[in-house]
Amino acid sequence: MRCIGIDVGGTNTDAVLIDDGKVVQGVKVATTADVTSGVATAIEALHLSANLAAGIDALMIGTTHFINAVVQRRHLTKVAVIRIALPATSSLPPFTDWPAGLAELANGGVWQIEGGHDYDGRRFATLDIAAARQIAREIRNRALKYVVVNALFSPLDPSDEKAVAAILREEIPDVSVTCAHLLGGIGLLERENAAILNASLIALAEETITAFEHAKSKVGLNAPLFVTQNDGTVAEASRAAAYPVFSFASGATNSMRGAAYLSGLKEAVVVDVGGTTADFGHLRNGFPREANAVVHIGGVRTLFRMPDLVSIGLGGGSHVDLDAGTIGPLSVGYRLSKEALVFGGNTVTATDIGVAAGLIDLGDRKRVAHITADEVSGILRRCKEMLEENVDRMKTSAEDVTLIAVGGGAFLVPEELQGVGRVVRVQHGGCANAVGAAIAQVSGEVDQVFQGLTRDETVASARKLADTRAVEAGAEPASLALVEAEDTPIAYLPGNAMRVRVKVVGDIRSTRIEKTAKEKVACQSVS
Amino acid sequence: MRQLSPEDIEALSVGAWILGTGGGGSPYHALLNLRRFYNDGVRINLIDPDELDDDDAVAVVSIMGAPLVFQERLVDSRLIARAVSAMEEHLGRKFRAVMPVEIGGGNGMQSLLAAVHLKIPVIDADAMGRAYPEAQMTSFAVGNLAPYPLTSIDPRGNEAIVGKTSSWKWMERVSRKLCTEFGSIVATCKAPRTGAEVKKWAIPRTTSKAINLGRAVVEANRQHADPIAAILKAESGKLLFSGKVVEVERRTTEGFLRGRTVIEGLGENHGSQIRVDFQNEWIVVWRDGQAVVSTPDLICVLDSESGEAIGTETIRYGQRTTVIALPAAPVFLSPRGLDHVGPRAFGYDIDFKSVFCS
Repeated sequence: MRCIGIDVGGTNTDAVLIDDGKVVQGVKVATTADVTSGVATAIEALHLSANLAAGIDALMIGTTHFINAVVQRRHLTKVAVIRIALPATSSLPPFTDWPAGLAELANGGVWQIEGGHDYDGRRFATLDIAAARQIAREIRNRALKYVVVNALFSPLDPSDEKAVAAILREEIPDVSVTCAHLLGGIGLLERENAAILNASLIALAEETITAFEHAKSKVGLNAPLFVTQNDGTVAEASRAAAYPVFSFASGATNSMRGAAYLSGLKEAVVVDVGGTTADFGHLRNGFPREANAVVHIGGVRTLFRMPDLVSIGLGGGSHVDLDAGTIGPLSVGYRLSKEALVFGGNTVTATDIGVAAGLIDLGDRKRVAHITADEVSGILRRCKEMLEENVDRMKTSAEDVTLIAVGGGAFLVPEELQGVGRVVRVQHGGCANAVGAAIAQVSGEVDQVFQGLTRDETVASARKLADTRAVEAGAEPASLALVEAEDTPIAYLPGNAMRVRVKVVGDIRSTRIEKTAKEKVACQSVS
Repeated sequence: MRQLSPEDIEALSVGAWILGTGGGGSPYHALLNLRRFYNDGVRINLIDPDELDDDDAVAVVSIMGAPLVFQERLVDSRLIARAVSAMEEHLGRKFRAVMPVEIGGGNGMQSLLAAVHLKIPVIDADAMGRAYPEAQMTSFAVGNLAPYPLTSIDPRGNEAIVGKTSSWKWMERVSRKLCTEFGSIVATCKAPRTGAEVKKWAIPRTTSKAINLGRAVVEANRQHADPIAAILKAESGKLLFSGKVVEVERRTTEGFLRGRTVIEGLGENHGSQIRVDFQNEWIVVWRDGQAVVSTPDLICVLDSESGEAIGTETIRYGQRTTVIALPAAPVFLSPRGLDHVGPRAFGYDIDFKSVFCS
């Protein structure tokens, strides 16, 4: 396998080439406003020979575009929302508790109809099909293209969402429907919010992914394009374009996956110390642990598959106050190379402390000679406390953990920390995010209620379904491995009802190998 | 009588969650409903129990059900109002005012939602002074007042009236069955009370208390002051312990969320541990094998930084928490009161000793 991984961040775009599991090369270029040229520049910076370029199996890109669009309130499309829950929930209609400016950008109209289910799987109200059809025509007349459908208890029974989505597709030929049950779990408002954000970003996602494709052809690559996801896997470009919210946290996730890969560890806490923030996450079985709690995005409460992350204002560019003995949360950010003392600037930064302490060798050391040893050790002690506190927040039990330190500011992480068994540093740790993208696998997931089967049969059929989905998503069948399995009996439903969650991951199927094999067959048949 | 301001409503949601002592359900959806009304210019009046005439009729309301279901069905203000109107139809008379059965959690705000639709005031009182899981755990039950009738309402037009039961425990059993059948969430109007009964048996001024608590937290956070110190000062509370959660154990049995959490000391409490047991709400605090606080004293587990309450459903490893106690309503401190809500009512064979008596 030969893959290029690219992580498009707010400031830098990192790119790596991985061949046969080894990092061949890593580069860092400035992120540009124009998506196509930024990605193309990063790939060109790898200086691939024509031969190498022809042998690339996959291009994986992680991007912060979609979450930034929400935070910056740009490039959002108006969405029509159909909630199927009447006669309940109507006093809190879609867009309740949204920041006013954001709601204005995304709200294309809301409709509520009867239908949905109860917690025990029984029908709550009969689905009002006639109303759904009427609304579909109204949406068509208003020329809205992006529609969210959200039904009461749809994570337990999605049939009403599916039925209304089918009606929408009949009535509006080019409609794009986001079904809320595919995005979130129990929590009607939070699931709906995630679905609305998703639908309002699809146009941007399609445009961005087209730009990635252009970049690919601009540099002469013809490998398939994948986009990295919140859970540390990748999705084929077309699927990623339909579910942009699943790319929201891919930057931090990529770092964690890269850290896992470069260290060979599957259970550890990861800290990625960048220029402005330190992000903490917890690896479970090599993947980031899920948050399983409400996550606010751009001021909107959501509940969907996001990694459990803690971010604090501590990085290489953090402001240092020598008198108060404090560090962060303000940072000089990308102006580090101008404003830090060692680079001739006037701001005392964490990087200056690192140079004064002899932890790194950057810029002009003489410019930090006036900082006393006491001041240096005071700041480093504060830094250690901040790291210890947040490592501890990520832990789920009192035992010591292994800590993998990555990112450009990893020099701030000392060798010994309370609650940490050992600190692991890795080669190429500075571009762990791009490595995480390059090594990402594809997944297949199942989360549904099964009835009328024994427990073993249920688990087996869920596994089979997850395998099929992974292969459809581009996985090599022989490489599939189970990473998550959970079954919860539902006592109040008949027929051994069980809710089963299964997730498998596998390596990306190499199209290059397939192609060569096909070519060989073709040659043989001619001769 | 006083009019509640928009700030009062926000403060009430924070304070009611603290008085929920870990349970009572989140006030979030009720708050969202109220914000909509307040944005439309609606205002709610709060009256002191002393302002009631002896023969005034008072509605006592609450939402019953499972928190998981609340997250899907949300809160619709019309439902609780309908529970009250159904009771008015049953009794053939109008209510003068409405009050919550429990001030703790989301139910501490349901009476306000009913008041908006019925255009009557809310009484500054409840029957628990906190949150408790069952119908017989109220000051009205301690006072041996009639447990019936009760209306139980779902949004599909299903309405039931429990005309008579022989005890509060029977009311709990029958109304719980109805609730489950209606989808594990119903709006209820409990046994109506007279003004005289409210004045004698209700726990007075608990809505004001919740607003005060909430305001102390909001104000302290705004000034970057210590919100916990502000809470203790506002309601003469007692600081028990400060530390981080190192263990959480939960199980659902007989419809209750039971379990315990272990908190390891930080700062002044460094080197020691406490265990807090819960049954929907925080019930007993143990230290070195001794029960140091127990119900009916209010045990509140708060976020050490923000001062906001932490629920028994959501507490998790690593959280920085401060545990405080607030005084129980005097009505629960009598032997009869303790029969209803003392440690033995929750299966703990220990004698109640208030932390506020030493």
